[in-house]
Amino acid sequence: MAVCIAVIAKENYPLYIRSTPTENELKFHYMVHTSLDVVDEKISAMGKALVDQRELYLGLLYPTEDYKVYGYVTNSKVKFVMVVDSSNTALRDNEIRSMFRKLHNSYTDVMCNPFYNPGDRIQSRWALLPVSASSPGGPYFLCPYPVQVGPTSCVRSSPGGPYSCVRSSPGEPYSLCPIQSRAFDNMVTSMMIQVC
Amino acid sequence: MADTVLFEFLHTEMVAELWAHDPDPGSGVSAGSRGEEVGATTGQKMSLSVLESMGFRVGQALGERLPRETLAFREELDVLKFLCKDLWVAVFQKQMDSLRTNHQGTYVLQDNSFPLLLPMASGLQYLEEAPKFLAFTCGLLRGALCTLGIESVVTASVAALPVCKFQVLIPKS
Repeated sequence: MAVCIAVIAKENYPLYIRSTPTENELKFHYMVHTSLDVVDEKISAMGKALVDQRELYLGLLYPTEDYKVYGYVTNSKVKFVMVVDSSNTALRDNEIRSMFRKLHNSYTDVMCNPFYNPGDRIQSRWALLPVSASSPGGPYFLCPYPVQVGPTSCVRSSPGGPYSCVRSSPGEPYSLCPIQSRAFDNMVTSMMIQVC
Repeated sequence: MADTVLFEFLHTEMVAELWAHDPDPGSGVSAGSRGEEVGATTGQKMSLSVLESMGFRVGQALGERLPRETLAFREELDVLKFLCKDLWVAVFQKQMDSLRTNHQGTYVLQDNSFPLLLPMASGLQYLEEAPKFLAFTCGLLRGALCTLGIESVVTASVAALPVCKFQVLIPKS
């Protein structure tokens, strides 16, 4: 199972990074960042190879003492980087390949989502963003988790599920930003739980 | 089968809907004529660019989905060949009839019986109306090229229906 999965755009900025939250995430971000050099090296080596030997799966990029890093590049030069625990020796190469193929399919579905603008970050959680102006009644925003009910908040159940509706105090206005790709996030979650 | 005409019907409706919002550039004279005519032509250009940008977004998604199993492309010509064969077959169920290039970044793709123009006429009738039916497809080509890493400018021209040529200009960087 993967410990960290990252999707990097062709201009080498991250579209999506997610790691299992047991340790500090920064270490994985750094690992993915350094692996980009290896990915570029492999892509340019592939460019010189014969047509028959070219493929999207790049294989093991580099091993560290605790982790192994695998890479995959799509035809649109979007890179997928997967960090796997080294102690999990049972993972075979074709299992990693199939995980990448599933990731590619999910990414293609995200691309076909009409609400997704290509080049944006792939988000799938309600994110609270500050806004500059708030409406007179105070902006209401939805949280996907129960919120402490206090003097300036109210709880309401919405048709979409167990969300609570909280009115923000004047000092901290928020607005919500939409879920774009829950399916992608679910796919990544399933990859972190089990080999698929 | 009815599958092929589904997109054609949708496309026809799209063009009709976008054009219905623009006033006709009147052939007669009206009081504020200069301003109105300019407004009308800019309105038409807006519709053309709206159509083209719709095609662009669709092309971006198609450019991601279609070449999934094919191996990475080596050079520009491979990408153009992919457009002429796989993309055209996926969208229009036929291949592009000819691809010419001057190897300096200009490619001319010619389709001798373009399915979106085929039901309209055969010959010179409706020649002025034809460009608006090509805007979406120009955007489609540009979007697919953009996903595959090539910035380009795509224009279309019609000499006689249903033969049309798409010119792809790839600026040298």
